[in-house]
Amino acid sequence: MRAYGASLAEVFENCALGMVALMLDPETVGPQGRIGLEAEGSDSESLLVSWLAEILFQAETRPWAFGEFKVDEISARRVKGWGAGEPLDLARHKVRAEIKAPTYHMLELKEEAGRWMAQVIFDL
Amino acid sequence: MTDGGIEPVSFLDSMTEVDKFTWEIPAHAHPGMRVPGIVFADRELLEKADQDNALQQVVNVASLPGIVKASLAMPDIHWGYGFPIGGVAATEVEEGVISPGGVGYDISCGVRLIKTSLSLKEAQGKLEELVDALEASIPKGLGAGGKLRLDRREMEKLLVGGAKELVALGIGWEEDLEAMEENGCYPGADPAKVSERAYQRGSGQAGTLGSGNHFLEIQVVDGVEPGAEKMGIFEDQVVIMVHSGSRGLGHQVCTDYIEVMGASLAKRGYQLPDRQLVCAPIRSREGADYISAMACAANFAMCNREALTHWIRECFQRVFKAGARELGMELLYDVSHNLAKMEEHEVDGRRLALMVHRKGATRAFPASRPEVAGRFRETGQPVIIPGDMGSYSFVLVGTEEALSKSFGSTCHGAGRALSRKAARKAVRGEELRKRLEGRGIMVRAAQMSGLAEEAPEAYKDVQEIVEICEGAGLSKRAARMRPLAVLKG
Repeated sequence: MRAYGASLAEVFENCALGMVALMLDPETVGPQGRIGLEAEGSDSESLLVSWLAEILFQAETRPWAFGEFKVDEISARRVKGWGAGEPLDLARHKVRAEIKAPTYHMLELKEEAGRWMAQVIFDL
Repeated sequence: MTDGGIEPVSFLDSMTEVDKFTWEIPAHAHPGMRVPGIVFADRELLEKADQDNALQQVVNVASLPGIVKASLAMPDIHWGYGFPIGGVAATEVEEGVISPGGVGYDISCGVRLIKTSLSLKEAQGKLEELVDALEASIPKGLGAGGKLRLDRREMEKLLVGGAKELVALGIGWEEDLEAMEENGCYPGADPAKVSERAYQRGSGQAGTLGSGNHFLEIQVVDGVEPGAEKMGIFEDQVVIMVHSGSRGLGHQVCTDYIEVMGASLAKRGYQLPDRQLVCAPIRSREGADYISAMACAANFAMCNREALTHWIRECFQRVFKAGARELGMELLYDVSHNLAKMEEHEVDGRRLALMVHRKGATRAFPASRPEVAGRFRETGQPVIIPGDMGSYSFVLVGTEEALSKSFGSTCHGAGRALSRKAARKAVRGEELRKRLEGRGIMVRAAQMSGLAEEAPEAYKDVQEIVEICEGAGLSKRAARMRPLAVLKG
């Protein structure tokens, strides 16, 4: 998956949305509630993997359908934000695939001419 | 899966043909290789592996500290994350590393085959009722919770003791244990090494099939080789195949320890060609902790398949109005095809203690190995190879030759030929269901798009893979099965 953004925060938000779109159709999710999200990493790439793993954990254990993300604070090693959505409802949310994990394989996160690009490969 | 537009580099020019089914990438051919790469394949499969960049991954694995003999790839090799799928690598226990990426996210993902005493003729009229019963009874797909409600203490007992703890709860049979690797209990499991997050992801998922390529199939034996009868397999016999793993618990254990080991890479000065290959010495704290957590996930996976087996037996009992023992529903064997194991092997005349990583590869031991239970003393260890939907599956047995060539390993299945995305583009789930039903195969899937991803077109021909394994001496065919009904996650 490749995601883009005008800032590091935005590319993190778009990566999150891209990941949940593999799991279900975000268009079928209403913004009933927000879940606070926090992650830490040893560098910005591992921060991205941890951020996605945090969202996956919340989605799977609550279980929760996400439809929107916002990053409030971000540095190279820490990110804080939230995801909006509602409790997973198999009857209503158009479910697609189960994701095992975001991987480090061919992971890329870079800024070029003011635009951020992230490439993440997921194990489905 | 090279959807991202990766430009592959060809490795064919640096390879030598050892024999018809064995190809070598010499250790001097690429910088960083500590041992050669050996791929068991025919020319056609080798070219496919080269095109999807999997040979680069064979070369990368050859750089792992402590690797011995060779970085191996089975004939179903395809592009994976870090390790190729179909990759086998053995590292010395005292000097070498363990790599969570060499096991994979679905720790102890595996396959089992349950026998019955029913012939196709006896079961045919009840098949639809049976599939309905299984569909109602087996949780599958994303978000489907398990029926097995375990408190923390019970969960920890399963993680340490494996399938025997489930049997003690009345789920599964005592005699199933001998038909599982390590008798259903991977040793050295320590639940304190499993994170709270892994517990939380796994706790609701005990006894669930999952999604992706996981499935349950009712099959009929369609071809037996001499010796199959010694395993209780006969022509026209109805059997059940289950493919599932350690669910969220295993996925989280892998995620956690890739982070832990990633943080300690720099202090060890490891230069790895791919971050997904992160590793730590087997004798380090990080390495030992991962092995204890991996053991927990392996035990969880075997319990998961054992719980599914229990419900399958219950469904058969209800539909056929006879006891599961009366119906001959014995477990033939349960194999893991994503796991690392401590094993002794002979390398260059020396007996070595090794950590054998099998990522999309199956242990295939001959009868002579002490790990193989008494009831397989005449045949060797059964190896269960799932085909793709609509095609054949196989029972193979381990060989002496595999011990010397591949640390006693063989293939794990058909191996992907198309990425999931390409498969979804090529095939529509609903069309596929109709096509399979036209051939008399009943299909039930949690999601139709998921069905398309697992279409026969998405996989290499499993029969061809099995023939190459046999040609290379890695395993021998015992029986072939064709599907009657598929329940897909």
